[in-house]
This record gives sequence, structure tokens and C-alpha cells, in this order.
Amino acid sequence: MMTLLSLAIDFTLLCTVLAMLLCMVRLLRGPAAQDRVLALDTLWMCAMLLALALGIRFGSLIYFEAAMLIALTGFVSTVALAKFLMRGEVVE
Amino acid sequence: MNQGIETLPVWVSLPVTALLVLGSLIVLIGALGLVRLPNFYQRIHGPAITITLGTGCILIASMVYFTALQSRLVIHELLITAFVFLTAPVVAMLIMRTAVYRDLRAAKRSREPGSDEIYQFPPRKK
Repeated sequence: MMTLLSLAIDFTLLCTVLAMLLCMVRLLRGPAAQDRVLALDTLWMCAMLLALALGIRFGSLIYFEAAMLIALTGFVSTVALAKFLMRGEVVE
Repeated sequence: MNQGIETLPVWVSLPVTALLVLGSLIVLIGALGLVRLPNFYQRIHGPAITITLGTGCILIASMVYFTALQSRLVIHELLITAFVFLTAPVVAMLIMRTAVYRDLRAAKRSREPGSDEIYQFPPRKK
């Protein structure tokens, strides 16, 4: 019965890594710059989910801080990139 | 693999399993939409809506799992939940406004309307 949970955790890791690969395809292939920024933002979210799934797998709470930091950094970097694409400057 | 998984009761591990599988499938579908959809304004729905829902599922699974594993209330994943649910619409709006702005600028520069790829204001009703 308990192997079902470990199978589910492995399935979560596999799906998250596959999602990251798909985002990487869009990041490399995207026709416009906003596609690349969108793919990069999705890549940050998937990395946060990967950290959370690893925390469940190893049963440790340290991965939570990593996920928190990844979420914060992803938000700030996406906002800066979107602002730069819109205006040509980050801080006006 | 940690030793705590074997000690969990069944009525905890079943919802955690269901939420993990559901969340990871939703995340995979969102990333697939990001790759497969034809237009930028359709592609943004994948990350903005779908991946946020998948993140919510996996965060709830993590909360339930650690609460059962440590026999106390572990809800500090609510921090990430609140942060993601606050910032995902903001990020989606910013990227969409950037795309609209850039497409309008490109259309003004090239002076040839009618392409599907770039955004145009809808025609004004008479």
C-alpha cells in the first residue's frame, strides 16, 4: 500500500521534469521575446514544484526554503524582464 | 527514500497520492499547452491558469503529508500558496501587456494589418 505513495512521488518528479523539458523547447524555439519570458517564468514555477516534490520524497523540510526562494526570485526576474521588454528600461 | 513513508496510515497516504498525481498531470498539461498552442495569446493560458492549479494541488499534498509525518500542524506551505496565488495573475498581466504593447508598436511600424500573429484592437462598432 505504501509503495503507491512512493510511485506517486516518482510520477510527480517525472512529470515535473517533463514539463521543464517542454518549457525548455518553448524557450529555445519561441518566435518572439515574450514567448521566451513566459517559458522562463513557467520554468521557475516547475523548478519550485520540483523542490517541493523532492522535499516530500526525502521527508525533509529544508526543501521548503529552497522552494520559497525559487518562487521569490522567479517573480522578481519575470517582472524585471517584462518591464524591460515593454519599456526598454527596468527602473525608470 | 525516507523511512516515514512506511509509517503513514492509509487514510493519509491515499489523498496525498491522489493530489500528487492530479497536480503533476495538470502541470504536464499546462506545459504541453505552452508548447502546442499556436498563438501567444492562447499559449499564456497554460502557465497562468493551469500551472497555478497544479501548484495548489501539490502544495496541499505537501501540507497533508508533513502534518501526518511529524504529528503536528505543518502549514508553512501556506506562505508559498499565498505568494504564488498573488503573483501569478500579476506576472500574467505584465507579460500580456508587454505582448500587446510590442505587437501594437510592430503593427504601427509595418503598417500592414490583418496578420493573425499580432494583436489588434477589435473594430469599433457603429
